[in-house]
Amino acid sequence: MTAIPIDYYLIFCSILFCTGVIGVLIKRNALVILMSIELMINSINLLLAAFAAYTNDPAGQIFVFFIMVVAAAEVAIGLAIIVLIYRTTHSIDIHVLNKLKW
Amino acid sequence: MLFTRYLFYFLTILALFSATMVLASRKPIHSVLFLTLTFFAIAGHYILLNAQFLAVVHIIVYAGAIMVLFLFTVMLLNLNKDERSPKPAWVKIMAVIAGGMLMLTLIGVFRGYEGMTTADPSLTQIGLVKNLGRVLYHDYLLPFELSSILFLTAMVGAVLLGKKEQI
Repeated sequence: MTAIPIDYYLIFCSILFCTGVIGVLIKRNALVILMSIELMINSINLLLAAFAAYTNDPAGQIFVFFIMVVAAAEVAIGLAIIVLIYRTTHSIDIHVLNKLKW
Repeated sequence: MLFTRYLFYFLTILALFSATMVLASRKPIHSVLFLTLTFFAIAGHYILLNAQFLAVVHIIVYAGAIMVLFLFTVMLLNLNKDERSPKPAWVKIMAVIAGGMLMLTLIGVFRGYEGMTTADPSLTQIGLVKNLGRVLYHDYLLPFELSSILFLTAMVGAVLLGKKEQI
């Protein structure tokens, strides 16, 4: 009986999380930045579900469910804000939004 | 058991490849489609962990609802042109180096970690709808009801932000 070691999941989720971090840093499109944040949320979700399965504790999977709930609400509001930004500035380049920058 | 392991490697490589392609593709619509592929690979990982409820909810919420929202936004905003002035190359290189440093640190910390593994994920029954539903409606009933208020607030907020005329 050889299950997949837990550190495989740890390393896979770390790489996925860092991909999301790099996406937030290198992209200028606000939509793609929101997608990178979704990648980060998903890597954390998968890791939480993996630990819940490896320790036989259902609370972790319930937490993943609630994180999905919050992520869905966040995406709805975030996309509404992006549509609003596009309507006022005709662009979703984040470098257009520098009016509040010192 | 060997088949499970090959499936794990396949899903991992698929998820990492499509996550990289989300960042590498220039058009936002391609990013959205590769993100959908990533979500399906992660749903496969949930099934490998015997978390069937989470896999189904993940496909419904992410691949069903969130991806449709993203696709509608991309199509409504007419963004199918390249980024007008991409960031300078040194900023991208520095960002990749910084993210790679974080990745190396995390891998170095987590490599060889074996603690807390008391159960075999292919034998646990906690991820089934029956067991998870019992926990959700018994121990976590109040957060479950509060999340409906959160959804209502988000819906009102999205409609209010998306309205054309001034309020």
